[in-house]
Amino acid sequence: MSPVCYFDHANATPINPEVLEAMMPFLKQNFGNPSSLHRLGQYARQAIETARQQTARLINAPPDAIIFTASASESNNLALKGLALAYRAKGNHIILSAIEHISILEQTKSLKRLGFEFTILDVDQYGKINLRQLAQAIKPNTILVSIMHANYEIGTIQPVKEIAAICHEKNVLFHSDGTAAIGRIPVDSKEIDVDAYTFSAQSFYGPKGAAVLYLKPGTRLTPLIEGGFQERGRRPGTENVAAIVGMGKAAEICHRHLPTWIQHLNRLAQRLYHELPTRIERLVFTGHPTERLPGVVSLCVEFVEGEALLLSLDEEGIAVASGSACSARTLKASHVLLAIGIPHAIAQSSLLLTLGKDNSDDNINLLLDRLPPIVQRLRSISPLYARYLRGENPYEFKTGHTHQDKEN
Amino acid sequence: MYSEKVMEHFRNPRNVGEIENPDGIGEVGNPVCGDMMTFYIKVENGIITDVKFKTFGCGAAIAVSSMVSEMAKGKSIEDALKITNEQVAQELGGLPPNKLHCSNLGADALHAAIHDYLRKQKQHQTGCRCPYCDQPLGVDQTICQPCNTEIHFCMHCGQPVPKNAAVCPKCGEKVKKE
Repeated sequence: MSPVCYFDHANATPINPEVLEAMMPFLKQNFGNPSSLHRLGQYARQAIETARQQTARLINAPPDAIIFTASASESNNLALKGLALAYRAKGNHIILSAIEHISILEQTKSLKRLGFEFTILDVDQYGKINLRQLAQAIKPNTILVSIMHANYEIGTIQPVKEIAAICHEKNVLFHSDGTAAIGRIPVDSKEIDVDAYTFSAQSFYGPKGAAVLYLKPGTRLTPLIEGGFQERGRRPGTENVAAIVGMGKAAEICHRHLPTWIQHLNRLAQRLYHELPTRIERLVFTGHPTERLPGVVSLCVEFVEGEALLLSLDEEGIAVASGSACSARTLKASHVLLAIGIPHAIAQSSLLLTLGKDNSDDNINLLLDRLPPIVQRLRSISPLYARYLRGENPYEFKTGHTHQDKEN
Repeated sequence: MYSEKVMEHFRNPRNVGEIENPDGIGEVGNPVCGDMMTFYIKVENGIITDVKFKTFGCGAAIAVSSMVSEMAKGKSIEDALKITNEQVAQELGGLPPNKLHCSNLGADALHAAIHDYLRKQKQHQTGCRCPYCDQPLGVDQTICQPCNTEIHFCMHCGQPVPKNAAVCPKCGEKVKKE
């Protein structure tokens, strides 16, 4: 089961062969527990510390600032809850943006029950927060601002350096979710001057099950898991040694090749930006036109539902993602697309193409060849397209499910 | 995720399109809630002789529309009204739990088209006729096709009245000039 071309790198990247090779001994003979004192254990300990250095180098951080976790969602939880609880005495107000990942936004429920208050910042039509609004939202009891580095659904990059400066001027901590940014743009923790930063290995050709919360040295954190000394007590539990070793290797490779990858991704994405609109009418590209992640092409194909597009492309061996309600388990349209003002009916037509280093011009050619007939077929079934062709407003509806005919 | 039957109907949906001058139209859902389906039916002697549909929606929604159209074709109105959402899902070899609402829309759209047909029939039978040439008038018609005359309706009883009548011949109320 392998697609001919894979355009869903935001959700998972193929594991680099060198990475897998580095991991294998730790799934086989080098199975020791890093907390054990014998040589087998200490060998695993050494491997983890090497991985810590490799991973730290990727974001220009001191190794002791790296806390290994199992997923970006866990890192986001550790950051928000861990910092909120640690700095509770100082205040109870937290600021987020409306387009954060659900692993940030969903935490507001439990944290509100613990007495925390939230301000959710709106974003503009490109998905950018307003710095002046941020500064105004900071109150004397504000302890933390959490705003993602870049958004995986629309590609928009936030001005994190400026955000950090505003936060620090007002003595507020700044956490940023870098899951989408890492592996696509250079990240320098010192230059951003971020206090906490989330990212995971599967964003840069590493394995699943390994992620990081970067925590600036000197920052306090209340652990979510208790009962162990691993990660200096901040994230107890036996380490996933193989995955961590894999992340270290992946980080090293990423650090070395990122400039080349960026060039490649930009060139392929440019092809799509230029060539798709010449082949398919009524496309709505989303996100910021220039301040965006390399290789993230997000758009809405009007009058066609996203999951139907995804399924049809999958049949052709092309793997993509969509933010439509039908493709989400929650059956809700992407909160990111709605937050940037895309109407519900158009958000249903979302198509998300996240390119990777191994994508080729042939991959792009295949997509450019296969997508137009698929769109044409689905549009020929679509009542919205029929309305559009008749010159009517395709998006004028009676609200809700209409059962009134039945009741008559 | 989907059964092979669902995928097959998604790939090759039956009865896609619109019917010119259909006997009934049913439109349910809207893209805000995810899917939108429009069903068109042709009815002869109480039998659904033709069904066509257009659907904006996910794979399940398209497959469900296709299956409903197949199930309804050739059935009597009474039998078609008995088609349930569960039957549709069953015929498709099951649907993922979070997609069951798509199958609800399918049967609803068909039933809406049938009810639309029945409503028109009822109006037809109550004898809405052109006051000039006595031919039957359609539901929303403001111009009588056979004699090409603009029709005015009584504000009180809703019946068509001759253009220059001062009093409605049906209910006897004064006809207001617009």
